[in-house]
Amino acid sequence: MLEITDVVTNYGAIRALDGVSLTVEDGSITAVLGANGAGKTTLLRTVNGLVRPTVGRIRFGGRDLTTLPVEGVVRVGLAHVPEGRGVIAELTVEENLRLGGLWRSDRADRTAAGREVFEMFPALAERRRRLASTLSGGERQMLAIGRALMSRPTMLLLDEPSLGLAPRITARLMALLRDLRDRTGVSVLLVEQNARSALSIADRGVVLALGRVVAQDDAATLASDESLRHAYLGF
Amino acid sequence: MSRFWDLTLGGISSGATFAAIALSLVLIWRATRVVNFAQGGMAMVTTFIAYEVISRTGSYWLGFGVALVSGLVLGAVVERTLIRPVERKPPLNAVIVTLGLLVLLEALAGMAWGVTPRSFPYAFDFRGTFSPSDAFAVLSVAGAALLLLLLFQATATGLRMRAAAFEPEVARLLGVRVGQVLTLGWALAAVAGSLAGMLAGPPFISPTSLDALLVFGFTAAVIGGLDSPAGAVLGGLVLGLVLSYVSGYAGADMVTFGALVILVVVLMVRPNGVFGRTGSRRV
Repeated sequence: MLEITDVVTNYGAIRALDGVSLTVEDGSITAVLGANGAGKTTLLRTVNGLVRPTVGRIRFGGRDLTTLPVEGVVRVGLAHVPEGRGVIAELTVEENLRLGGLWRSDRADRTAAGREVFEMFPALAERRRRLASTLSGGERQMLAIGRALMSRPTMLLLDEPSLGLAPRITARLMALLRDLRDRTGVSVLLVEQNARSALSIADRGVVLALGRVVAQDDAATLASDESLRHAYLGF
Repeated sequence: MSRFWDLTLGGISSGATFAAIALSLVLIWRATRVVNFAQGGMAMVTTFIAYEVISRTGSYWLGFGVALVSGLVLGAVVERTLIRPVERKPPLNAVIVTLGLLVLLEALAGMAWGVTPRSFPYAFDFRGTFSPSDAFAVLSVAGAALLLLLLFQATATGLRMRAAAFEPEVARLLGVRVGQVLTLGWALAAVAGSLAGMLAGPPFISPTSLDALLVFGFTAAVIGGLDSPAGAVLGGLVLGLVLSYVSGYAGADMVTFGALVILVVVLMVRPNGVFGRTGSRRV
């Protein structure tokens, strides 16, 4: 369980998160929604330690994340799928994947995880020796997710996975995330501007505006709240 | 024609030394985006350490080994103590730090060993057009380059180093301890620099005798694109050959001028180096 309590994060003089609290239950999909500049990406960067909160607590499985080095976050079970695909363009598909599990000492299970990822994404298996720069946007997103799975995470953090993808590919991506959760029980924290598709698979939704939580409820309830949709979600 | 061959062989031999120092500059540039102006000074210090070991024990190879190991340590220490604090600061800070380190190292060496050149031995016989010493220079640099290639392409550590060089933030999120990787990068670079110092040192070393080496090594690295270890090796060879022809056909006083011309031409025609990646990156 990921518990974020009263977190305040500043970028210089700008208060990007202003007292944010939310919880991601084990095995659930939680969507964090909001417009550009609402603080969604800052929230993820605060969770994984790339920026540190000035106030507040972040706990994952009872462990304090705010004192953990960035390199340690994946070691406690949180795997990050960065914004803008975040694959390393100069490395091959296979090298990107290997990198995801490289910190683990269990070699046999690393190989097994790699096999599972290739089974899940046959397109990646075909292109394993190609540079990641040659992949399409959708394939890069698959690679970023596959790479995160190489660490056998208990929670996936995704930053705007639908950004720049065609609607059809986005729909497939969302279905894939739900399947993954149903099959492996991995929890998902999904940061999205595309509220409609995120809420279509999420159990819970959190709406951010100007660094504050303005709504937090079951996904279905949020999706049916017309005034909220018009004011913050744009659909 | 035989003169041309002599110049070619001589160029390959001096090119190997340029390649080694270029390699050390490129490794550091890739890892930390710093041009290490102290590289010549660091190589000078490790060469003087070798000089002490050789003159006390009489064993060239013991001195050679000690030089490489002390390079490894010196590189790691410099990264940890001097470069780490300026890592997230404007790039000029790191430039000033490395220039300051160069001045400091030369001053300390001047205090310890004086400014009078000391005679420094060759690895093997150095007489003739392509002497055993020349062959050793070429083979040792080729071997070092090959080992680095294997490290980068075929090991987990090399994969971590490449990831940290290309996308440090993503690498950290994937659990790569980027700080350790950078220290290792500086350490390995300094070993390549120490090798260059051992090859360029003879017949005499003094606290400033390797200054020119850095200029040539930097030119070679720029020819290769600053980002590419293979480019650094090729750039070193190209520079060695061209300077050898310039020296043979136009006169030895033209060598430094020739290096400058090459540098300016490369920067004008291919600003990213002959072997470098083009500036833009697909994201």
